[in-house]
Amino acid sequence: MAVQKSVGQTMMALNGDEAVAWAVKQSNVDVVAAYPITPQTIIVERISEFVHNGEVDMEFIKVESEHSALSASWGAALAGARAFTATAANGLALMWEILYITASTRTPVVMAVVNRALSAPINIHNDHSDSMGARDSGWIQIYSEDAQEAYDNTIMAFRIAEEAMLPVMVTLDGFTISHTLQNVSVLPDEVVSNFVGVRKIPRIKLPHIYGEKEIPLMLNPKYPISFGPLDLFDYYFEHKVQQNEAMKASVPIIEKVHREFAEISGRSYEPVHMIPYKTEDADVVLLGLSSTMSVVRKVVDELRSEGKRVGAIRLRVFRPFPADMIRKELSKVSTVGILDRSLSFGAEGGPVFMEVRSALYSSSSKPTVYNYIYGLGGRELPPKLIKKAFDELLEAKEEPEKPVIKYLGVRE
Amino acid sequence: MVAKAVWRPDIKELARIEGQKRPVESGHRLCAGCGAGIIIRQIAMAARKPLVWINATGCVEVATTIFPYTSWNVPWAHNAFENAAAVGSGVEAARKKLARVNRFEGDPDIELDYDVIVLGGDGGTYDIGLQAISGAFERRHKIMYVLYDNEAYMNTGIQRSGGTPFGARTTTTPVGKVIKGKPLFKKPIMDIMVAHGIPYAATVSPAYWNDALVKFRRGFETEGPVFIHAFSTCPLGWGSAPEDTVKIMKLAVETCVFPLYEVVDGEYRLTGPSVSIAKNPDRKKPVEEYLKLQGRFRHMFKPENKWMIEKFQEWVDRQWETLLKRAGY
Repeated sequence: MAVQKSVGQTMMALNGDEAVAWAVKQSNVDVVAAYPITPQTIIVERISEFVHNGEVDMEFIKVESEHSALSASWGAALAGARAFTATAANGLALMWEILYITASTRTPVVMAVVNRALSAPINIHNDHSDSMGARDSGWIQIYSEDAQEAYDNTIMAFRIAEEAMLPVMVTLDGFTISHTLQNVSVLPDEVVSNFVGVRKIPRIKLPHIYGEKEIPLMLNPKYPISFGPLDLFDYYFEHKVQQNEAMKASVPIIEKVHREFAEISGRSYEPVHMIPYKTEDADVVLLGLSSTMSVVRKVVDELRSEGKRVGAIRLRVFRPFPADMIRKELSKVSTVGILDRSLSFGAEGGPVFMEVRSALYSSSSKPTVYNYIYGLGGRELPPKLIKKAFDELLEAKEEPEKPVIKYLGVRE
Repeated sequence: MVAKAVWRPDIKELARIEGQKRPVESGHRLCAGCGAGIIIRQIAMAARKPLVWINATGCVEVATTIFPYTSWNVPWAHNAFENAAAVGSGVEAARKKLARVNRFEGDPDIELDYDVIVLGGDGGTYDIGLQAISGAFERRHKIMYVLYDNEAYMNTGIQRSGGTPFGARTTTTPVGKVIKGKPLFKKPIMDIMVAHGIPYAATVSPAYWNDALVKFRRGFETEGPVFIHAFSTCPLGWGSAPEDTVKIMKLAVETCVFPLYEVVDGEYRLTGPSVSIAKNPDRKKPVEEYLKLQGRFRHMFKPENKWMIEKFQEWVDRQWETLLKRAGY
């Protein structure tokens, strides 16, 4: 993604974590509750510095665990605050219970997940097993390719979360992005502040209690509401279906916020949910997430110069999953390789593969689909292995009887 | 910092409050004789400001809300079992920030001047929620955490907790042929909380309503975290008659099984009947009087299990002696 010049932006040398911290600093966040975990630590360190130097007016609750980090963020959001938290790997796993509760109570918390491998064995490096494990928790998930995008996505996430009334997870690859210095175009404070505003409290009607009066949806003694009641077989099912509808309804909100952000920043991530690269006439496409895709695009350029018709698709929004868009984009492609940086143990392939392949099942012209698992625990994916995958896919002719799952870069 | 001026409940004022909206309306599903309902009522009566109420998973949560109904007349939130103190931290931090910047100035529909009360049972406090409370207390949030201690996981069907007393029969400490009830003693939860250096901690037996109200009010008026350990009879789990609830709450104090005291900035003070027992040790009743009203201790009265009552009494005596020393007796 080329960084376009826009009036008033400052080019800063920031790593991905710092870029997130800057976005939080500028986004009128009222409460941060977070617990340090590698490789997310720089986010909490920078925010602490901003708070301790009086550069930002927020309450930073330095909680004693990630479970409490999300619980406190939930309480803060319910009390009317804009709340942010950040974590990685085991920290996200510890939040698991509260991930579902946050989404199911439609609480707009924003969280940065600095993707790191899950234990055991303990490993601090990048893969996507943490956020992929949370893919069904009801959070919107946006995967960032670089530090610039981590900054941009974090700012947009507050708008998306509050308008969709759903929590948003912004991910960035551990170390590869979180700890790598990059030129980041930082918007002026007032531009970001105007873009996100301060948290607006939604108003709802509870006719059986408050008649036609529209009351603030928050913990508020003026108009008491009970949040988190017991809800059994007579209503739970409907609430879950409604929650799923809310996820679908977030699609146009996500698109609108991206359009408006492009206007203030000059950075457009069109068409938002996924970004195709040289796919118009491609026979073979590699589809994947996050920082890996910048390397894949470079390989695409090299292979194109050799006359090979290859392309790439970077999936940005994994939840809600852009199935229609994927069907359309892949309808003219003969073979597609899905890059998964996590495993789904005992399943027929990685999570991205299963989603994409399932989306293609109802397509009239479906490509042959292969799965490449790569990069677990931070294992590198050098260009030569990406080339190898492309070459295999170019040779593949027919849909195999069983899904083909290959490991890239693992010792036999 | 604990408020110096002590508020005294006025019976006429209380009668007036009682005539107004209650925090929990009738129609809730708490059992007849449940101590928690009385505790909730007393907390609300002692309130000085509007309340925002955070509830851990447990009997009170399930018995007062079932969608689409709620018994609560105060803003109320339940998230999970072990994190009520963390949720309370978030609410308090949000309130502080939003009030500081007058975020809702000019919006007549939003009130930010309130006290945060967090209510949890013994499971949510002694056991699964201990870490979150410890964190919230260390961070000095202005929340009042009230433990309603019915001495077992009653909501899930009477399983033992860290708050279950020695000898008590629960479904996970049955009276078996080899092991009779719970072989271990209660965790010293007050000591653990006081060790956090919080400005105010107190024990409350709802039977002594005057003492309870003063302590709840003092808790609200304290700047910083507050812990109140409230004794809560559970007829279902304890095998006691619903009409004996208050009697058992009284006997717990009179036998020194549950002495009444407060710890103000680290200084221990006995309150209510515990003061007169300290001054006149003859008034201290034997534990049998407390135990015999409860089916959960019935097996201890069999001749071959008499040693259990003796052991229970020894433990009570030792706890009481320690408390007396701390309170300067």
